[in-house]
Amino acid sequence: SIFSQEYQKQIKRTHAKHHTAEAIETYYQRYLNGVMKNAVAPVLLDLANEVDFAPSLMARIVLERFLQEKEQTIPSKTLINSMLRDPSQIPDGVLANQVYQCTVNDCCYGPLVDCIKHAIGHEHEVLLREMLLEKNLSFIAEDQLRAKGYDKTPDFILEVPVAVEGHIIHWIESKASFGDESSHQAYLQDQFWSYWNRFGPGLVIYWYGFIEELDCHRERGILLKDCFPTDIVTLRHSMAQR
Amino acid sequence: MWVRGVEVKKKCEGISCCLLLLGAVHGSSMRKQVGGLQLAAGDRFIFVLTFCLLFSQENHIHDKLVSLSLLQKDFVPFLLNFLREQTSQILTNGPPTPAKTPNSKAHGSQRTGSERRASLGSFLATPEALPVRRGRRKGSSSVGASGRQVARDLGRSLAEEEDGKSDSGSWSGGRRKRSEVPLVPARSPPSQLNLNNLEEFPPMGAASGWTNKSKPSRRINPTPVSAERPLSKPKTCFTSTPVSRSPAARWSAGSSLEAFTAAQEGNLSSVISNSLQEEREMLKKERYSLSRGVILNSLVLWFHHLVTCANPAKVSCKKQLECLAQLYSSCITENLVPNIFLELFFVLQLLTSKGTSTAEDGDSDPEISEINRDVTERQHFESVHNCVYFAVRVLDYQYEIISHLEKGMLKLLAENERIASFSPTLHKRLRQAYESSTAKVSLLLPCSVQSVSFQPETDNRSNFPSDRAFHIFKKQRDIFYELLREWEDNHEKTGWDFERVLGSKIRAMMAHLSATCNHSHFARLFQKQLIQMCKGPVSGGASWGDTPDQDVLNMLGSDNLSRLKRLQERFVVPQSIRGPCPPPSFPGCQQFFRDFILSAGSYQFNQHLMDSLCLKILELNGLTLVEHEHSDGEADMEEQDEKKRFTVALLSLRLLAKFLGFLVFLPYRTAEQPTRDLQDSALVLRNQTLPVLDILKLLRQSIRDQRSVLTIPWIVEYLSLVDHIAPFLDYYRKVFGLLLLMVLSEEKEMSFLNKLLILAVLGWLFQVPSVPEELFFTTDDRQERFMMDTVTSAQALVDDCFCVFSCTGELRKLLASFVAGSGGKNGGFIRKITPTAAESLAPKASVTQRKLQVDLEQAFFHNQPPSLRRTVEFVAERVGSNCVKHIKATLVAELVQRAEVMLQDKVKEEDVNHDKLLEEVCTHLYEEGAQALIKGRELPSEFSLTAVLWLIVNLLSFVILPVKVLSSAENIAVELATERACGWLSANIAALIKREVKATFNRMLKVPGFPLPGEDAPELRRDCTPGCQHCAPFPSQIINEIKDVLCVAVGPREEGEVVDYVWLEGLLGRLSQTLRCRKVKDIKKATKSPFESLWAVLIPVNLLICLASQLHVKNNPTSGLLKLLFSIWKEDFGTSVPVQLIFSKKNMGYLAEAKQQEWDLFLFLLHGLIEHELMRTSEIQSCLHSLEELPWPSVSN
Repeated sequence: SIFSQEYQKQIKRTHAKHHTAEAIETYYQRYLNGVMKNAVAPVLLDLANEVDFAPSLMARIVLERFLQEKEQTIPSKTLINSMLRDPSQIPDGVLANQVYQCTVNDCCYGPLVDCIKHAIGHEHEVLLREMLLEKNLSFIAEDQLRAKGYDKTPDFILEVPVAVEGHIIHWIESKASFGDESSHQAYLQDQFWSYWNRFGPGLVIYWYGFIEELDCHRERGILLKDCFPTDIVTLRHSMAQR
Repeated sequence: MWVRGVEVKKKCEGISCCLLLLGAVHGSSMRKQVGGLQLAAGDRFIFVLTFCLLFSQENHIHDKLVSLSLLQKDFVPFLLNFLREQTSQILTNGPPTPAKTPNSKAHGSQRTGSERRASLGSFLATPEALPVRRGRRKGSSSVGASGRQVARDLGRSLAEEEDGKSDSGSWSGGRRKRSEVPLVPARSPPSQLNLNNLEEFPPMGAASGWTNKSKPSRRINPTPVSAERPLSKPKTCFTSTPVSRSPAARWSAGSSLEAFTAAQEGNLSSVISNSLQEEREMLKKERYSLSRGVILNSLVLWFHHLVTCANPAKVSCKKQLECLAQLYSSCITENLVPNIFLELFFVLQLLTSKGTSTAEDGDSDPEISEINRDVTERQHFESVHNCVYFAVRVLDYQYEIISHLEKGMLKLLAENERIASFSPTLHKRLRQAYESSTAKVSLLLPCSVQSVSFQPETDNRSNFPSDRAFHIFKKQRDIFYELLREWEDNHEKTGWDFERVLGSKIRAMMAHLSATCNHSHFARLFQKQLIQMCKGPVSGGASWGDTPDQDVLNMLGSDNLSRLKRLQERFVVPQSIRGPCPPPSFPGCQQFFRDFILSAGSYQFNQHLMDSLCLKILELNGLTLVEHEHSDGEADMEEQDEKKRFTVALLSLRLLAKFLGFLVFLPYRTAEQPTRDLQDSALVLRNQTLPVLDILKLLRQSIRDQRSVLTIPWIVEYLSLVDHIAPFLDYYRKVFGLLLLMVLSEEKEMSFLNKLLILAVLGWLFQVPSVPEELFFTTDDRQERFMMDTVTSAQALVDDCFCVFSCTGELRKLLASFVAGSGGKNGGFIRKITPTAAESLAPKASVTQRKLQVDLEQAFFHNQPPSLRRTVEFVAERVGSNCVKHIKATLVAELVQRAEVMLQDKVKEEDVNHDKLLEEVCTHLYEEGAQALIKGRELPSEFSLTAVLWLIVNLLSFVILPVKVLSSAENIAVELATERACGWLSANIAALIKREVKATFNRMLKVPGFPLPGEDAPELRRDCTPGCQHCAPFPSQIINEIKDVLCVAVGPREEGEVVDYVWLEGLLGRLSQTLRCRKVKDIKKATKSPFESLWAVLIPVNLLICLASQLHVKNNPTSGLLKLLFSIWKEDFGTSVPVQLIFSKKNMGYLAEAKQQEWDLFLFLLHGLIEHELMRTSEIQSCLHSLEELPWPSVSN
């Protein structure tokens, strides 16, 4: 997770460099030359590795360039995405194979990886849900909240708040990633504070750990953990009855 | 009452005379004038009366006093000023007590706002605050600025004034700059003063021309002028200095050498005015020395010991003091003083005075009879002993009020050694009052949740006209809190400026709101947040500050560092006493909201906010006040709840009303008092418009419905923010008139505490700078008098504690600091916090736990609809009293039965004293009565309330609540009910038993039993599908594996890298497992399209590719894999699998290169697809047809 995030950061930094018109042109020409020589060789993949760029993104660049040349218009994002997801839709068989090779061999980008990430995220949500059920804590999940018309929705809102390590929490957000500074700041801005603004204090679980210094909003009402908390205090009488 | 009296015109001179005889300073010169005056009959009467009062044996002056109409108008101000003046030199502890007591009609002229007169007394009290009203912030009224900017500036100036946390709490402001400027530039030097000239040197009250147009501020000068200046050399010296007979000299001697010599040059014995300038000098010194105060603290403390003893034996002029005390007390009792608590503060100041004067000590033998010579010149309050004597006398007279003070206050009073030595009886009574007092400053816990909960009923999309509006408001909410957080973090830092940092952000936000017409939503959020953050008792108009108890509580609540730190700071930083009547301010969080409004400067927003505030105010004001008979037990309990509810409503009302007043009068706020002409034209203009909220109507209604105890306090908050003109508007004139009637009404039916509360708040209102002072002392005969017949006897809703918390914070500080032994030095009092924390360290865990539980409970309701809380409280209330009823009906009834038997036996046995017998039997039963408590603890949980709650909540709000929420709500209700029942029982069980036994004893009645309702709890819900082992690998793992397979399959491969059968078989098996597991189903349910389509598209196709690439795999196993795949596609995928993708050109391309074996496999695949009904034959045919149309390379096979 940390590797992946660092890699992504690096890719973000260099992203612009690879998207200049000249770079695109160079890559496309190199691809064309490459497949001319040997259509089955992993031309695109090698190219990506050579210039130190994510293969999927390289595939996307070349595919875009290819379609642009073919259709004479700038292709829509959705079309590109669906072609990346299912390369068999790509009109050119050779390119399809090349693209496929790229997406499959990419460790951080591409539809497969997205899918994995998504799956991991959801797995942890499910895990969390089970733990909540196990602890007999009642909650409302995100989809229910959306249905009710909430504008911002954490993964779980506790119907009956609990106290974790002495701090009261109303909601729990599961993050299947490592909480590093940049991502945490972004999350705070987009999500956590918004949740706080609506539902009061809450808990964020970074399943893959987080930088300890980031857990500085405890008093304010945003608690960070890297696992499901053990020190939970519920409204006393409710537990006594069960 | 004032109409009953004698009609007198022009009486002020007469009054002056009376006071002269009381010992006013300039007696000798004035006496001549008295002789030369033509006194009207009334004047003579008063003259004589006062004369008698002071120098006869008569004690019961009361009746005569109140019968005089003019007393209220003229006499009282004189008396108050007189007292202030007399004591001014001895009061060095804390700020001078202001007296807003104009000398009305001093020159027979009609007084207006532009022709204020100031009393000498108040000048002495607030020397630096004099030129307040003039020329303040010239820049702010400059014409060039845009309207908005001006408004903001004006408001801002308001803000700044009270932001001066360190040295000023005054609304009138501007004096920080001013204080360095000579106050009375035109004033002639002291030596030229013609004491016989009334114009130049008015007795007290009437100031001459130079105060014209400048309204003297009655505000408190927070920089105490203290005689104990560490700068002066030997502290002890001036106690023996003969010069110190003159207060002025004594004062200045303490402060600076220059001033001292200056004073010596002047006419020391009589020229008090001298001290004005010296005082100013001293003030500079004072400020200067404030900074060094710390170093010198020890010296000061040492010095302090020399001056604190007061000796009853050394009191001089007892007789006069006694008379004065009576007179003064009568004024207080008859509500003739503007503010009771102000006077109380003054009295306590006297009580705790630390005057340095011991010079008078030898000067004994008061010659009462020598009126003509000595008395008038005598300083009755020259010595500490006299002051304390007077104070104790007054306290004694005002015992009724005192006894209702908060418990901590009473403790301090009861422990005060001066009271003990001066009046043992009062001391005893105070002790008793303390022991029986239950009044504690109410501790509303600061809410742990600080945001306003999102409530779908009001906040979801359907409440907005468009998606855009909805989304923009979503952002506004977040921005609002961001601002709030920023403010919280930074506003206490030096150099942080609200407008500079947040101003533009707020205005950008306002622009967005305007663009989408979201103002009403935002106004609601704003208002709710305001209540949420500021509803604690700290938030009201008067700064009652937080009590030590609260600090302790907060500290216990959490062991976090910052709080301890804050506490520590409190120990170190001396707390300034602002006096009992601080001007309206926006303490704490309220500051944010005020600044926000000012910075926003948005007309739309203000209007919406006013709407929102008005609505909420009306809603709260409509709170039903239930009348209770005092007789019964449960009624008593309900009364407690009623009081609690009342308190909460009142606090919120006052907060909201303050902000409403702020908004309403904001546009008219002027930095300076307008001139007469301006005022007149403004009156013409503004008399035409009606106020946003018809407070006059509400006020009348409340009086009619006997609810004024709820309404007046918030109306006072509202009015405290009036601009200079508003009080003169016809409308507000009526309001003020009506309020004044409330003060003066003699309604004895009204509950004492209710009355006290009203008096307290009204007293405060009449001290507010923008409220013209003559309002109190002028009576307008045109006043409507309709309601004087319809009595204002509301129930005793006001708790001791409530009433008291609103007024006595400052009093308490004063007393506490006296006890702590640190006087008013260095600008304030070292705050003493009683070390209760140490005691409770042992049970700390449990206290923390309890607090956490309380917090949790609060938090629980936070995100629930408000109706739930109301319902729970209601149910708890009902159940609680039912429990008590039940216990009464069972346990108590049983006890009573047994008592009956016992009593019967004993009554037969011997003919003893019945009362004694009763006592015996009851004592016997009390122990068993304790059982009631246990019972009370168990009983509420026996009622199952879920169903009840469910029903009520659903009926009320049409919201269906989840089971868990309901059960928690039930538990809270049960808990509350238990608390109520136990609380009541523990306090009252003994009395209850006794009463019942007595009743039985007397009447031999039996109480019928009481049935217990019972219900079943609904079963639990748990959504777990049976048979799920949860041991399948996670989907992410599976996809990862598939990816690995694909990497190898698609290449580029490394040497020897193959996808073998076992791997694939295992993978497919696990895939199947995963797909069957509930977790995945959950995931699939929870997620939306992208994930599903990925699963659907990727897996089948990719697997096929894997298979196709398995060139070396033998026939059978491969078909086995295919079969497995079919079953996965068919059974385990919930959705339909887009198998037709198999027939895409690219995928077929893989096949095209394959050998015969693979073609067989392909056929097998096609068969399988049809067999498992994954595709129909026709679909396959069409797919194959479309394949044919593609250009294929010629294959030789």
